[in-house]
Amino acid sequence: MSDSASPPASAAPPAPPPWSPRIVAFFCNWCTYTAADLAGVSRLKYAANVRVIRLMCSGRVDPQFVVEALARGADGVLIGGCHPGDCHYVEGNTKMLRRFQLLRRLLQDLGLAPERVRLEWISAAEGEKVKTVINEMTAQLRALGPLGLPEKFASWDQEVIALARQMHAAEAAEPAAPPSAATPAHPEILHV
Amino acid sequence: MVSPKQEIRIGFYVCHCGHNIAGLVDCPEVARYAGLLPGVVLSRDYKYMCSDPGQELVRQDIREFDLNRVVVASCSPLLHEHTFRQAVAAGGLNPFHFQMVNIREHASWVHTDRAEATAKAKALARAALRRVAHHRPLEVKRVPIHPEVLIVGGGIAGIHAALTLANAGKKVTLVEREPTIGGHMAKFDKTFPTLDCAACILTPKMSEVGAHENITLWTCSEVVKTEGYVGNYTVTVKRRPRFINEELCTGCQECIAHCVYKEPKFPDGFNERLGKRKPIYIPFPQSTPQVVLIDPEVCLNFKRGTLTDRCKKTCVEACGDRQAIDFRQTEESREFKVGTIIVATGFQTFDVRRVPQYGYGTFPNVYTALEAERLVNASGPTGGEVVLRDGTRPQAIGLIHCVGSRDKKTNRWCSRVCCMYSMKLAHLLKEHSGAEVYNFYIDIRAPGKSYEEFYDLLNEEGVHFIRGRVGEVTDWALAPGEEGKLVIRVEDTLAGFVRRIPVDMVVLASGLEPQADAQQVRRLFNMSCGTEGFFLERHPKLAPVNTFTDGIFIAGCCQGPRDIPDTVAQAGAAAAEAMVLIDRGYVEQEPNTAYILPDCSGCKSCLPLCPYTAIAFDAATQQAVINEALCKGCGTCVGSCPSGSIGQHLFEDEEVFSEIEGVLAE
Repeated sequence: MSDSASPPASAAPPAPPPWSPRIVAFFCNWCTYTAADLAGVSRLKYAANVRVIRLMCSGRVDPQFVVEALARGADGVLIGGCHPGDCHYVEGNTKMLRRFQLLRRLLQDLGLAPERVRLEWISAAEGEKVKTVINEMTAQLRALGPLGLPEKFASWDQEVIALARQMHAAEAAEPAAPPSAATPAHPEILHV
Repeated sequence: MVSPKQEIRIGFYVCHCGHNIAGLVDCPEVARYAGLLPGVVLSRDYKYMCSDPGQELVRQDIREFDLNRVVVASCSPLLHEHTFRQAVAAGGLNPFHFQMVNIREHASWVHTDRAEATAKAKALARAALRRVAHHRPLEVKRVPIHPEVLIVGGGIAGIHAALTLANAGKKVTLVEREPTIGGHMAKFDKTFPTLDCAACILTPKMSEVGAHENITLWTCSEVVKTEGYVGNYTVTVKRRPRFINEELCTGCQECIAHCVYKEPKFPDGFNERLGKRKPIYIPFPQSTPQVVLIDPEVCLNFKRGTLTDRCKKTCVEACGDRQAIDFRQTEESREFKVGTIIVATGFQTFDVRRVPQYGYGTFPNVYTALEAERLVNASGPTGGEVVLRDGTRPQAIGLIHCVGSRDKKTNRWCSRVCCMYSMKLAHLLKEHSGAEVYNFYIDIRAPGKSYEEFYDLLNEEGVHFIRGRVGEVTDWALAPGEEGKLVIRVEDTLAGFVRRIPVDMVVLASGLEPQADAQQVRRLFNMSCGTEGFFLERHPKLAPVNTFTDGIFIAGCCQGPRDIPDTVAQAGAAAAEAMVLIDRGYVEQEPNTAYILPDCSGCKSCLPLCPYTAIAFDAATQQAVINEALCKGCGTCVGSCPSGSIGQHLFEDEEVFSEIEGVLAE
């Protein structure tokens, strides 16, 4: 799932509205969610590409949430927590930071651009920073282009199915082969 | 109440919030769209969901359409989640079978494109509708409130809050860093606009605090540690030694008279270092507590180390049988429990040296406003005579407003009190010295009862007002009349030209800033600071004395610059908020605690993650156990359990996953 190498899925769906990045954000209740509220109260304007999910603490962000969001079609994931030392729960944010370092390395090894997953410390007073970060991230993702994991998964599934069919056809063509040696094609794959 | 297997019947409501949401989000369209989603039995849009009829609508619909879940798309859950949970409960459902969608602060107010904002509102609604299906009935936990209150800071805010609570019969501990309470107000001569004598209105309150049976006063003390949560805080206070036994000292001050230093020799902090004091001293005559203290930095007995016999210790002789002087006193630490905390740590004045063009520290006759305050004070270093450092009397005085306020180079905010206190000082300086007084201002801000009238009075008194930000204060004379004077160079923006005003004395109206250690104090009490560094209130309009931490309130200038009447009003409000908790006796806590699932493998990786030590390992079952009473509901253990064996009420994995799915479904 390399960002640069993989061409858009060949079986493109009928022309959807012009593509715009989708960001899933996990904001902690006490700092960043409040800051996003402050941005609203201050009527700051920022890109409408972000969808915020509220958690009590950035420490609650399970790496699976991030992976799931990307797999479901997000082009980027933003995690917002309190500044180090300011966590409402003492140090949930630093626990998140630790987890984030590992997760980001893993995602980079899988070929994702580092800009796709971002961790930001935004205090309750920093409505302006919410705006800046979201606008900046939207611009970066726009430049990177769609991640399109669901489409890629679909196209990879097609490849596997095609492969399985080939193997199946080959086996069918050689009925003489000793039954003990031939491993039957994986039933799950055939089932797809 | 509703078993998960029961059919999910969701009622969905979109609030227009007048034009606040409907102005950019197509509410009827969001309602129409949501109505088509699985589980939604009813979908409405309504002008004001939080209004009584709006809530009534929810209550009726629950009964009429047999709803078992409710989703409201309106403002931030931090604002109205509680309101709607109550409405849902009144309709006969568990209040946690509810989910709120924030389409005002997070959509209509922050975007500009109607189609985009509507699409976002739909996505957020979709997420909530998917999520709410997983909601389980929960019960609110009640936590008892310890009836004692800690007040940090003994300025007028702390004093007023302490007295309000103590007079209502509540036990209060007042902690003050300085040797006396009174704060900045104790240094003022008069207060604007009524010209009340500050000491006359403050000191009776100070003595009342000192004598009140319900108030424990700890001066020379600082809070060093706070643990716990609303209703149940454990605080540790450290008291620096004052080398005087407070119980035994009668405040007779004979020791001061008998100190081996016959004359006061050391700069007196209370008088802004304009006066002198001895090593054993009392900050000012009405100090509370009426107890002297010894400055170990300058006291001979301490300075000469072990050779203590080199000081004659005449103070000890003078004290005689009272035996109040105790050179061996050490730092004392006390730990105690309180239910609520009021933080009233005040402000510091702007360091005018940061504006070097005004010459403070270079020209001896440039003063800060607080120094001028002490100069006109009858109990000040000059007994109220306005005499300069060289002993002469000024013929002309210039007051420069907005030093460290409304200035992009220093502090951007308006300090609110400087215009008024500068005018007060102008009046007092003119009264005490008969000098010509000039005010250099950007705008006169006099918004308060009788404030504008005070400005009129000064104009009538012949005080000069020159509109313009001063460029510099210089001693470079360009004309014979400027010789030996300080020249204030300013563009008079009303007259339209640059003027040079020669004066003998310059007073800089220094602005108000957060205390230097505001960040440490903020962390100590788990509060937030605004961009300027003042403590952040929970809501700027509707919860001005609450913080984001329950049971911790703020009052006075630690929250932002304000004058005495506003500070006192806020202190009263903070006291009332504390009393609400104490008199109700309990607080309801969000049931968002974590719990261990049966498939816990006992790997123990969650144990060190919990900052509240709420997780223990049960040797019998070989599994982790969470103490619900200690869990604060951050979910850090949940997010890091390698086997997904910890759940969190209100933020279950399946709830978050369904939200992720929901926002990305289309």
